[in-house]
Amino acid sequence: MSDSSPTLAAHQPGLQHHFATMEQQTDASVMGMWVFLVTEIMFFGGMFVGYMIYRYMYYGPWLEGSQHMDFWWGTINTAVLLCSSLTMALGVRASQLGQRRMLVTFLLITILFGLGFLGIKSIEYHGHWVDGQFPGANFRFSGPNPAQVELFFSFYWAMTGFHALHVLIGIGLVTYVVYRSWKGAYGPDYHNPVENVGLYWHFVDIVWIYLYPLLYLISHKHLSG
Amino acid sequence: MSEHIASKKTYIVVWASLMCLTAATAGASYLELGHFNIVLALLIATCKATLVALIFMGVKYISQKMTWVVIVAGLFWLFILISLSMTDYISRSWR
Repeated sequence: MSDSSPTLAAHQPGLQHHFATMEQQTDASVMGMWVFLVTEIMFFGGMFVGYMIYRYMYYGPWLEGSQHMDFWWGTINTAVLLCSSLTMALGVRASQLGQRRMLVTFLLITILFGLGFLGIKSIEYHGHWVDGQFPGANFRFSGPNPAQVELFFSFYWAMTGFHALHVLIGIGLVTYVVYRSWKGAYGPDYHNPVENVGLYWHFVDIVWIYLYPLLYLISHKHLSG
Repeated sequence: MSEHIASKKTYIVVWASLMCLTAATAGASYLELGHFNIVLALLIATCKATLVALIFMGVKYISQKMTWVVIVAGLFWLFILISLSMTDYISRSWR
């Protein structure tokens, strides 16, 4: 009796039973990932609009706050994330071609770039912390409009902080996919988890692409050092 | 499976363009353009984001129409959020 269902016996190992074909399964999964990314657009979108409204209201303090950003660390970190997106894209490509060793290598390099990004970010965070640029009781600013400059730093910490959290989660997800890749779980027929983690990684990169000019490049008058 | 596999060269060209655009936006921040500084910076950022989405995220190769609907709906929502909020705050001082 149990052998009487030919459709179940012939299906591919990666295919879940509620999908008719691998293609349908992949399409559904990629669309689901995009639905999640749209909720992420909403999450970051709220902070971006808050930033824009206060920037419009307090442009002077925003300019002042921006001049305490480290232009070079910000620029280098942008490059680091773009490199990580390249290696992530090449990793997804390797999974499509079934090149297991290349897949694992590219994903490991992606993790290294991610850790490099967080390392640079923590150097910056440490500097801001020591200089009393964390909003709250320890906030120190001697120029005009200290409350509004503090507001700029609130946006800076919240936006880059949530972004860094996303990078950290991304590193965790890529680590899991590296482990599964090493075990040989993905190949040309089934590599959807690699693809979806890639989508997440690139999305986080796009958020930084906007954070970089908005926070670091408000004015051409960059403070040295 | 009708999955599109982009060539290695495509990815490297896109990455090189992204790096050039980053250098361009960093350099442009030193120019004195008044309000056009932010316009130029956001224009370059949008070019970079579009490149990442179309090629790295493979939006260009998506064949499933529902996925397109989801992405366009998300961007349209963001457009509503930004445009209605900003027109409100900017026009409050008009009397």
